[in-house]
Amino acid sequence: MAIEPREPPSQLLPRLQRALGGRAGWSGFVIQILFVAVLAWIAYEIVANARANLQAQRITAGFGFLANTAGFDVSQHLIPYSGSDSYTRVFLVGLLNTLLVSVIGIFFATLIGFIVALGRLSPNWLLSKIATGYVELIRNLPLLFQILFWYLAVLAALPNPRQSISIFDRFFLSNRGLVIPKPIGEPGFEPFAIALVVAIIVAIGLWRYSRQALFDSGKVIKVWPYALGLLIGLPLISALIFGAPVMFEVPVLKGFNFAGGSRVIPEFVALTLALSTYTAAFIAEIVRAGILSVHKGQMEAGSSLGLQRGSVLRLIVIPQAMRVILPPLTNQYLNLTKNSSLAVAIGYPDLVSVFAGTTLSQTGQAIEIIGITMGVYLLISLITSAVMSFYGWRLGRSLGNS
Amino acid sequence: MKRVSLVLTLAVAAGLSAQAASAQTLKTVKDRGMLSCGVSQGLPGFSSPDDKGNWTGLDVDVCRAVAAAVFNDATKVKFVPLSAKDRFTALQSGEIDVLSRNTTWTLSRDTSLGANFTGVTYYDGQGFLVKKSLKVNSALELNSASVCVQTGTTTEQNLADYFKGNNMKYEVIAFASADETVKAYESGRCDVFTSDVSQLYAERLKLANPADHVVLPEVISKEPLGPMVRHGDDQWFDIVKWTLFAMLDAEELGVTQKNVDEMAKSDKPELKRAFGTDGNLGEQLGLTKDWVSRIVKAVGNYGEAFDRNVGAGSKLGIARGLNNLWNKGGIQYAPPIR
Repeated sequence: MAIEPREPPSQLLPRLQRALGGRAGWSGFVIQILFVAVLAWIAYEIVANARANLQAQRITAGFGFLANTAGFDVSQHLIPYSGSDSYTRVFLVGLLNTLLVSVIGIFFATLIGFIVALGRLSPNWLLSKIATGYVELIRNLPLLFQILFWYLAVLAALPNPRQSISIFDRFFLSNRGLVIPKPIGEPGFEPFAIALVVAIIVAIGLWRYSRQALFDSGKVIKVWPYALGLLIGLPLISALIFGAPVMFEVPVLKGFNFAGGSRVIPEFVALTLALSTYTAAFIAEIVRAGILSVHKGQMEAGSSLGLQRGSVLRLIVIPQAMRVILPPLTNQYLNLTKNSSLAVAIGYPDLVSVFAGTTLSQTGQAIEIIGITMGVYLLISLITSAVMSFYGWRLGRSLGNS
Repeated sequence: MKRVSLVLTLAVAAGLSAQAASAQTLKTVKDRGMLSCGVSQGLPGFSSPDDKGNWTGLDVDVCRAVAAAVFNDATKVKFVPLSAKDRFTALQSGEIDVLSRNTTWTLSRDTSLGANFTGVTYYDGQGFLVKKSLKVNSALELNSASVCVQTGTTTEQNLADYFKGNNMKYEVIAFASADETVKAYESGRCDVFTSDVSQLYAERLKLANPADHVVLPEVISKEPLGPMVRHGDDQWFDIVKWTLFAMLDAEELGVTQKNVDEMAKSDKPELKRAFGTDGNLGEQLGLTKDWVSRIVKAVGNYGEAFDRNVGAGSKLGIARGLNNLWNKGGIQYAPPIR
């Protein structure tokens, strides 16, 4: 009599039960459904109530106002804008200003943060004390205070436009900001740009080739002189053949201000400076913690291979430290972006200032405008953390512990 | 446990929003024993706190007059300082009962904010403040200037209209509060500070050397400033509206803070109606018969309040001009109490 192999009992139902109801099983599932229903009902009540109250008080509601003419001007706009444009345009202008200050702030905060962290860990006594002092001073003062300090201190130190500090009669620094010659595209611009792009692609190819050669056969091929020659040479040849790529419009003092040229407004400088130095103090501590989390033996192993301290850090320690650094670093990036809304204190036209400020008080549609603004900040933050997660995923993969 | 507390939080939130629209402002104010009045964050002459936290100013006196009419006690007011951009939200949400914060009466504000203007406390217009050293005599010479302005005001739009209309270029830097705007102007960030003329005079006092700055002669807009109340409560709207009218009528009738008790005994029919010795006009408003004498005893008539806060008797020293009574060359005109 052959013995039939016993079929294992079907796991489908218990699994489903656990997946839907957690440890409590079906009753937990029912409770969850009820809970969601109650939440949905409360959300509906809140929305319906707000709508009824707005109607009762005859407060205009809806998003129709976005198409109306704004009728006010903005000091810094990355896209063409005038007072006769719509509130939608104002929204875009403010959003771009917020993104500009955030991206540039994140770049400098990371740069300063890493430098300060390395300085603090440096065996050089003076350097490490200076870095410690920087961190302790900056991170213990309120950010708004620092923004106002940079704004008012920088403004007070600068002369008025008529006595501006001029550099070669091309750059002018005054309390209206830094005025620089504005590049204007000439017919030679396109071939110049193409030449530059080609040079960059070839240079990257050369670098990859040399690295591959190093990994495959241990041969060191010096490519940087060729790459540099290409990067300078190709655009230069194009300029010689097709003419100068750009002309510079030189600013001239006319009336109260400079006419022509481009201008970096002091509000932008003060805000970027304050945000990047402030966030850098936190990033420095995160980076230091990350580096210290890598075992000391790694450093010693690197040194015993005959590598310089810098190379050990760059090739061995920091890649391992990044695993620890990345999550809190993402937090700091998000903080910086959200802190940029303090811009309103010094008159930098960011999203909160022009949209949740001026537009709100002109239209009075608080619920819609605050809703949009919150949604935008949420979106920016989610995108930032998605990018950082992707980087973390790649890093984990390359370190072999995905 | 966590779930329960979350549900509770949300339920409370829903409950709060349910009672926002109420048509019983007078009852709410009486129950609370306090009038909640939205004012500026410090504008000399209109609403500013002294070093002991006592608020004074023309806008403040309007709220004190309302409190006097309701409670017979001008001190029963809680002043809520508001920035220009927060003021309407505070009124809509019911945080304040009256907004008396140098707010310009415009059509869009009257219709789309769910609030009504109750009258005009001060006829103002927008002007420009510049440094004397710039040697500018007219606003038309301001081409290419940098202009500091407070955000969330009608000022920004008037400015855009004026420079566009005169084909002039300018750069605008907008700040959240008046103090920051003035600081930026003082530090030289801009050549011009623009606002309502009354405010320019008030802010000029805060500068290090007021005499080095001059208000240009051009007035580029109409800025009738007045108090606001929420839509949907006509009784409260009437009370705030008639409080200001009572102050104006008192000046026209010659009733002052000093002679109010004597005048109350007068036989003149219009005085008898105003003081409630004849008829019950105050009770029709939902107040008491002696509402006018309560108001005048507390803050004086309109002319007295004006002089004390912004006029000849104050540091600002602004002339009555448009704000004089209609029969004295101005345009302040209140309907009769009868």
